Amino acid sequence: MSAIVELSEVHKTYRTGSITFEALRGISLEVEEGEYLAITGPSGSGKSTLMNILGCLDIPTEGSYLLGGEDVSTMTERDLALVRNKRIGFVFQQFNLLRSMTAQRNVELPLMYAGVHARDRHNLAREALERVGLGDRTHHRPGELSGGQQQRACIARALVTNPDIILADEPTGNLDSVSTHEVLKLLHELHDQGRTIVLITHEHDVALEAQRQVQIYDGLLTEGLHV
Amino acid sequence: MTFLETVRTAFTAVMSRKMRSALTMLGILIGIASVMLTVGLGQGAQQQITSQINKLGSNLIIVSSGANSGLTVANANSGTANNRTRFTTPLTLNDAAALANKTTCPDILRVAPVSTTTSTAYNGSNSDSPSVVGTTPDWVDVTARTLTEGRFFTVDESNAGSMVADIGQTTAQNLFGSDASAVGQTLTLNGQSFTVIGVLNSVGTTLSGNGDEQIVIPAGTYAQRFSTSTNMNSVSTILMEAKDKDSLSAAIQEATTTMYVMHNVTAAAPDFSVSSQQALVETIGSLTTILTALLSGIAAISLLVGGIGVMNIMLVSVTERIREIGLRKALGARPSIIMLQFLVEASMLGLMGGALGIALGIVAGQILSKAINYPVIISVAATSLALAVSLVIGIVAGVYPAWRAAKLAPIDALRNE
Repeated sequence: MSAIVELSEVHKTYRTGSITFEALRGISLEVEEGEYLAITGPSGSGKSTLMNILGCLDIPTEGSYLLGGEDVSTMTERDLALVRNKRIGFVFQQFNLLRSMTAQRNVELPLMYAGVHARDRHNLAREALERVGLGDRTHHRPGELSGGQQQRACIARALVTNPDIILADEPTGNLDSVSTHEVLKLLHELHDQGRTIVLITHEHDVALEAQRQVQIYDGLLTEGLHV
Repeated sequence: MTFLETVRTAFTAVMSRKMRSALTMLGILIGIASVMLTVGLGQGAQQQITSQINKLGSNLIIVSSGANSGLTVANANSGTANNRTRFTTPLTLNDAAALANKTTCPDILRVAPVSTTTSTAYNGSNSDSPSVVGTTPDWVDVTARTLTEGRFFTVDESNAGSMVADIGQTTAQNLFGSDASAVGQTLTLNGQSFTVIGVLNSVGTTLSGNGDEQIVIPAGTYAQRFSTSTNMNSVSTILMEAKDKDSLSAAIQEATTTMYVMHNVTAAAPDFSVSSQQALVETIGSLTTILTALLSGIAAISLLVGGIGVMNIMLVSVTERIREIGLRKALGARPSIIMLQFLVEASMLGLMGGALGIALGIVAGQILSKAINYPVIISVAATSLALAVSLVIGIVAGVYPAWRAAKLAPIDALRNE
């Protein structure tokens, strides 16, 4: 097994006027291919900052980040967009589905930016929706879907590009217990099929679903799950 | 992502906020419609003036006495030209003969000296007050008239001073009614009896007066019966026809030179003026163009306001859809694609507003032209230009909001709740 994600000595410092704030203070982390990792931590611990860097939504101030062997720590926004499109599938707490589009079109969106031909796009999106159990909901808009269904559509959108890692940021934060169970089961199945999943959460029982747990506290990482 | 998909995305965005999009378009719509209408009215006026002037005969050159400006020549037929200046040498039949000389004036095809007065004609109890025109047989060709009935008088009749007359449509109706043929009938003019030998075609009111209320009689007859001048040979104006459009300026030059010799004057102090219908058309045409441009400019201000409206709404839209932008970026949309998406959206608002404005302009033009009985011409060129302008306004208004959207950092955009 080889490492998909290799963070070494990553620092992230925010400057607001004269105030500097070090959100990440030297984080080193490896995620193996096919691994299911949970990152936990209280709010203000640097969890979101780490998630942004892992998701290539932001770049580190210091240190390096190799994603699939590619150094993404110094890339421009244009190149980062391509990396996000190709290598990362996002699952958000608020689902972030576009309300004016059907589930099908929402799932097609990343493929559209990848330049996939319309017919292939259509088939891939349909397959992904069937995979998450929404084969009969393809032409529903987000408003016509339940929270659990919306999150599953969001997972379908994350899957459809066949990314290197799936980055799930508090995926169950807005869901009831039944839907939470559904979504976690789905992530579990995906892991079993060989997907690399990084789950960010503050709930211990959710974190325990993963193979391995790390905890972030005050911008530093420790292995295991501390209660 | 292909351009077509970008257009589709933009269309979805425009359509998902129908009320707001409609109000935004309204600004462009009103602007385009008013510009279309102004230009349409201007082009209508231009066309009407041109057709009126062309009714007077194309390639027409007019010599009138007195050093008048070109525009006053339009009134030459009203018979006041002689009275304008006290020291004016009147035009004579000799001048006309010299202008008809093919050696000195090769580009002048026909010459028709014209004397005009007004009088009342009677047929029993019926009366009419036409302008009475004394001229030569070439007049009918020079002024591009035709006869609907009968014939025009001949050279012999003109020389002999025959008591014959060709009359306009209105005059014929007023004197002889619309049922009976006027040809062969007799009318009384200034106490003299004239036999009607022809009826002229209808041309309506032109810049030189009502062409349908006219009695045209031979120059010789006019000189004997109507001339008030001491010189029996004097005429009001001399009308000429150039060989063709290209020889018009040469013909004007020849006429001017001939008149200098005939009247023994120089260019510094001429006692006559030469003008052409063409010059008149061009003068009036450029006046109409200036007026149209001025009015369009005023209407264009509303377009500017409409454009600002589009920009304003696009800025609101960017702020409002900050999460959507963040999501699209997270899913791999490059900044340039985000920029394009908002640009297309703005230009779509402009284009749709423009298209609706054109539709409104065309409908309003139809109604207006019926209401004021005046042509409103909305040309294909004006329509395409209006469409292009509305597109450009949309693009220009969209640039800044689109740039703002493209520049948003994805984390800031996603964080926004």
